Amino acid sequence: MDFSFTEEQSMLRDTIASYLADNYSFDQRRAGLGREPFWRPNVWSAFADELGILGAAFPEAQGGLGGGYTENMVVMEELGKALVVEPYLGTVVIGGGFLKHGASAGAEEMIGQIIAGKAILAFAYAEPQGRYNIRDLKTTARKEGTGYVLNGHKAVVTGAPYATHLIVTARTGGGQREAGGISVFIVPKSAKGVTTRDYPTVDGFRASEVYFENVALGAEARIGGEGEALPLVEKVMDEAIAATCAEACGVLRRLQEGTVEYTKQRKQFGVPISSFQVLQHRMVDMFIQLEQSISMTYMATIRLSDGDAERAKAASAAKVQIGKACKFVGQNAVQLHGGMGVTDEMAIGHYFKRATMIEGLFGSTDHHLARYEVLSLGTAA
Amino acid sequence: MNLDFPPEDTAFRDEVRTFLAENYPRDLREKQERGETLSKEDYLSWHRILAKKGWSAPSWPVELGGTGWTPTQKYIWSEEQARADTLGVLPFGVSMLAPVLYTFGTEEQKQRFLPGIRDGIDWWCQGYSEPGSGSDLASLKTRAERITGDDGKEYYVVNGQKTWTTLGQHADWGFFLVRTDPDAKPQAGISFLLIDMKSPGIAVRRITTLEGGHEVNDVFLDNVKVPVENRIFHENQGWTCAKALLAHERSGIAGVARSKRGLERLRQMASNEMSDDGGTLIQDAFFRRKVAELEIDLTALEFTELRTLAGESSGKGPGPESSILKIKGTEIQQRLQDLALEAAGHYGAPFLGEAGHNSGIGPQHSLDLAGDYFNGRKTSIYGGSNEIQRNIISKMVLGI
Repeated sequence: MDFSFTEEQSMLRDTIASYLADNYSFDQRRAGLGREPFWRPNVWSAFADELGILGAAFPEAQGGLGGGYTENMVVMEELGKALVVEPYLGTVVIGGGFLKHGASAGAEEMIGQIIAGKAILAFAYAEPQGRYNIRDLKTTARKEGTGYVLNGHKAVVTGAPYATHLIVTARTGGGQREAGGISVFIVPKSAKGVTTRDYPTVDGFRASEVYFENVALGAEARIGGEGEALPLVEKVMDEAIAATCAEACGVLRRLQEGTVEYTKQRKQFGVPISSFQVLQHRMVDMFIQLEQSISMTYMATIRLSDGDAERAKAASAAKVQIGKACKFVGQNAVQLHGGMGVTDEMAIGHYFKRATMIEGLFGSTDHHLARYEVLSLGTAA
Repeated sequence: MNLDFPPEDTAFRDEVRTFLAENYPRDLREKQERGETLSKEDYLSWHRILAKKGWSAPSWPVELGGTGWTPTQKYIWSEEQARADTLGVLPFGVSMLAPVLYTFGTEEQKQRFLPGIRDGIDWWCQGYSEPGSGSDLASLKTRAERITGDDGKEYYVVNGQKTWTTLGQHADWGFFLVRTDPDAKPQAGISFLLIDMKSPGIAVRRITTLEGGHEVNDVFLDNVKVPVENRIFHENQGWTCAKALLAHERSGIAGVARSKRGLERLRQMASNEMSDDGGTLIQDAFFRRKVAELEIDLTALEFTELRTLAGESSGKGPGPESSILKIKGTEIQQRLQDLALEAAGHYGAPFLGEAGHNSGIGPQHSLDLAGDYFNGRKTSIYGGSNEIQRNIISKMVLGI
């Protein structure tokens, strides 16, 4: 039993933190988000070249630095602290996850491209009708010759505007909500028949509605078994959830610390408002939520290596804690900042927005509570 | 970052499990199952078995009788005790007083008192709270005045009232906070005294709690003579001892292992109780959601405690973060009791005490659940109320 970090992991954290301190202040972030292309490719290049962090979580045999889940956790927490929009989650955690676990023809090369900062991936899984049910798919990949023809509409694909490739879930068989018949494909965004409508999301990230119209794919585009990819999708989603929990810990820490700092400065009735016990206890409860979230992030990250059922239970449990914490800490951070909390000019509101979006990312608190219930207590009546 | 238990820890778990299975007194287990009130001898018999094995005071320094276990081993120890539903060693001597003794006591005091604590010879109680001093402990008024006795020796004469003294009805000795300088600032005029409960002038009066139990007492002190050599640390600096003791009281208060066992029992019970629509209660949409949320919160607490343990193994003592464990641990204990009583339905109401066992009134698993619920409200009040814990975190951790 060990909750400490290796020297390499601590160095990784310091490297990112110091780069972001110099290059990703609140004002620098705002400036980047306010102009074309609405993200900062030079930051991504720096991640690849100057910092060399994009390979941290890949095995050495694939050109990486030999890390894994803990490295992703460390990176994501630091990215959360600075509200980084550049697509580490979609590219390294999710894209990398599919390429590592699912057999596919071009995996080696694609991982090399990811580590070099050349390939950027986004995960197109949600559909307008499906809510958080990852099995609810109308998108189809019809077998044609040795390859497939892809048709469908994917909803709110985070990071798609920056992506070079999309990881797409589609039906090669089965009914709309069946477990069987799901396959995963990697699709170049430039492929004929792929169109996107790009837009900003409320937290400063970018997303797209993605449409596939008779997109021709070779057999090599498939990742994992045909029609048998649901366990793979669930595994990678759980890895994404653990990483998102780590990002949330970074966001929550800024919300909690920023609020304590603000209440020490802000004076009313002639005294700092931090001297009021009703606010002190609120901030303690925020702090406890943060600490419990860190604990659950460790737990979920460690359990990613367990069997399917344990892993899934751990990920959902962590997401429930993080979802509740994001709501409680976020809302109270704004409340304790008073009017300033609802202005665009203070960073606190921007952390609140990201925390709120994380609540619903990869499934809401209720969704994961329901999933946990079944895994732990069996099915309901 | 990993949860691996090395082979030596797995072997340790087996050793502990076997020891508990072979040595826990059968008559004690039967009494527990019948819900009988346990006697002083019941508690001490188990304590003495552990002492004989060398396991009655795991956290003490090894030279004084501690086991030298790693934090992981201590965690395994608490898990296995909970799993086997054993009594715990009472905390007053072993966990609360002893660290004060071996941190602040003289060599003579350590030699005089520690063996009796470790071996389950002396029963200790706590004299902290007073009727007018609860959360504001430093306002305590019990007065100790120094005199020279007829024998030429120095004494304190103690007058006042202590309250909420847990199991004080059995106590041989008590550790007391008393005011030795009424003119100093509240925290500065307090001393820490060890008082023989058989001393003339001490009266212990039962306080009956909601479930009808006798756990807590008032202790009246009327001109009680206490030899000066029974004072721990310097005169008027007892507050230092008191604070150290409270930090130790909070660590381990999370009760994760016991709550995990309680959750198992609750799940078992809800699998046997019926819901309104004829299914089992564990399948009921509303009830199962509450169980799931509790289970998740308990997991979070468990990992927060594991992080604290890991910190302790790298040399940090129990810090103010232990207040988190106290708050969340007691909240979870209370939610468990709350859900168990809810699960009992109609049979939460019969108030039968020891007569409930085999009475044929309601299922066995419903016995005493109301008692546990009402008794359990104490947990968020004692050991520094959960509101006081928030004050501590605010000041010591958030720096407000």
